[in-house]
Amino acid sequence: MYEALFIGMSLGSILLLIALGLSITYGAMGVINMAHGELVMIGAYTAVLAGIYLNMNLLFALPLAFAVSAGVGIVLERLVIRRLYGRIIDTLLATWGVAIVLQQLIRLEFGLAFFGINIEGLGPGLQNMSVPAFLTQSIDLGGFVIQPYRTFIIFVTAALTVLTWYLVYRTSIGTQVRAIMRNPQMAAACGIDVKRVSAFTFAYGAGLAGVAGVLLAGFRTVMPEMGSSVVVDGFLVVVVGGVGSLLGTVLSALMLGQINGVFALLFNDILARAVVFGVVIAIILWRPRGLFAFKSR
Amino acid sequence: MKSNRRSFLKSSVAFGGALAAPSLLASRASAAGEIEVGILFSLTGGLSIVEQSLADATMMAIEEINASGGVAGQTIVPIMEDGASDPKTFNEKASKLVLRDRVPTVFGCYTSASRKAVLPVFERRNNMLFYPTYYEGFECSKNVVYTGAVPNQQLSNFIPWIINTLGKKKFFIVGSNYIYPREMAKVSKILIEQNGGEWVADEYLELGHSEWGAMVSRIKDSGCDVVLSNVVGDSVVSFYREYKNQGISHDALPICATVTSEIEIAAMGAEFAAGSYTSFPYFQAIDTPENTSFIERYRAYTGDQNAVTHHAMESSYFQVYLWKQAVEAAGEATPDAIREAIKGQTFAAPNGQVTIDPENLHASLTPRIAQWGEDGQGTIIDAFPEPVTPLPYVAYGEAGDNLFCTASGLDTSKL
Repeated sequence: MYEALFIGMSLGSILLLIALGLSITYGAMGVINMAHGELVMIGAYTAVLAGIYLNMNLLFALPLAFAVSAGVGIVLERLVIRRLYGRIIDTLLATWGVAIVLQQLIRLEFGLAFFGINIEGLGPGLQNMSVPAFLTQSIDLGGFVIQPYRTFIIFVTAALTVLTWYLVYRTSIGTQVRAIMRNPQMAAACGIDVKRVSAFTFAYGAGLAGVAGVLLAGFRTVMPEMGSSVVVDGFLVVVVGGVGSLLGTVLSALMLGQINGVFALLFNDILARAVVFGVVIAIILWRPRGLFAFKSR
Repeated sequence: MKSNRRSFLKSSVAFGGALAAPSLLASRASAAGEIEVGILFSLTGGLSIVEQSLADATMMAIEEINASGGVAGQTIVPIMEDGASDPKTFNEKASKLVLRDRVPTVFGCYTSASRKAVLPVFERRNNMLFYPTYYEGFECSKNVVYTGAVPNQQLSNFIPWIINTLGKKKFFIVGSNYIYPREMAKVSKILIEQNGGEWVADEYLELGHSEWGAMVSRIKDSGCDVVLSNVVGDSVVSFYREYKNQGISHDALPICATVTSEIEIAAMGAEFAAGSYTSFPYFQAIDTPENTSFIERYRAYTGDQNAVTHHAMESSYFQVYLWKQAVEAAGEATPDAIREAIKGQTFAAPNGQVTIDPENLHASLTPRIAQWGEDGQGTIIDAFPEPVTPLPYVAYGEAGDNLFCTASGLDTSKL
């Protein structure tokens, strides 16, 4: 039972890690960012490349991946998303296109593959992301095995959640973000620089995706398609939790993770997945705005 | 001017040929001193990581043959097509190679899904496919030469060895959910029961599944003492990593795999697989002058000093040589002639002597078992003394003295 809880916790923390960034971009800005998975993928590749060229281990790759993904996020916001605010379906299509472009850029090594130039660490293949030894040595405490890597993910996720909470609810920029979330026109009328704050928000969400990518790289496979599957999970969590609610995102990630973990352990992963989707459908029918939607005017 | 006239003649022959009898077409290629062949692998998409290396190995063999005088004095001209990791695309490209380019042979396909997708093209048009991958058997086509291992060449040595030498008797069978792992599991269960072992579970996860926490935890609690893995593709990486992260050692509870090759080991990091076992007819670690030279030539060819060689890739390489011998023996490059002449052809491949079985057109190969080390290379700890006859229907009771698939076709009454 203890073990099932741990697996559920770990699955939940991974879901939360992915959904945290989405909950900000989708919740605060009304952008359905289909390229979120690709920002995760870019984070993972940053870690791989940092390992090969800078000899950095996973811990140092975390801030680097945050910076790289946030940078890509800023460019994406400037070039595409800024022109599409308020057009939610258009953002879906446009960011999906961006996702495909990003995926192919990595696969074709920025197009240099056509000229026979090979960048080690990119390309269509699976990449090896090395994990520091102290994160792979499991610790046996009287029959209960502590998995350091998954525990590490849980701690990093918790830290990022606290950081995000602090930024959104305890800083002046967070107040501005929340004001824009409620009513962008009124926020602008009150003198908030909506464009600048939105760009910052989007970059922060993208950076979180990058961190998620590094952590995923440690126990999943790093390849150009790795992002496309995680983005769906991320949206599930955000929609169930209630758009724009940090607390809702946290609780829904933990709940879906536990459901998934328990059913996977008792029956199998395929059934667990079906149960998770069943629960999501039921919740959306029961509360169409998610578990913790705030009242908007 | 001369060359213009020649290409005009060539194309008019091709045009006329489309209207005239097919026998004219076969002579078109040989008249020019060239033989066109098709190469069909995924150069893009998720499977390209493996299939690119198969295409490279095929091209390397063709270039080597051309450099040493070609096939009976004729140059091989490869026509490369991209299957894009998609069975439907494979079917379209196979049709293009067979119908428009009219090649007498295609070297290609990696997954069973792509092979099944192109099979109707080759059978209806009576063309030849040379297929280099280890696969699940249960196929008896007169239009395919299979040069990878079938279940009895990967499992008939492996299961008895696990039970008798490793002393492990309780199997947890795990695989990706599609035809190859399921057929492999079927053969394994027969062999496990024959050798006095038992299996405690037979579980599948979808192809590409990357969250192995629950499955590995169940393996730990199942009471098994060995894991037989038919997990395929990128799932292999997350599976082995999770295995180590949960603190299971390959000494106490080893993974014995039928798919994990040098490529997957390189992607996951050698420390995660160290101590586990794989059964294949070919490993990069085979210590013969032929293999050492093969690895050197492959690395020089691809320009990558760290390139790894693996089973399906080695088969991609030697099957071109078998094809060359068949064409030379037949004296002409038509599908029918190649099929007749390939029977019994034998070649000194990097893994040892390979022979095409005259009955079922599969290759006899030497099963080997390797244990993976910290350097990402296997140590061969068990090998058959000689090549083993391929039995594609072994799961259904086929034996050396009771063949289901013979030169006259599949005997369905025995199934």
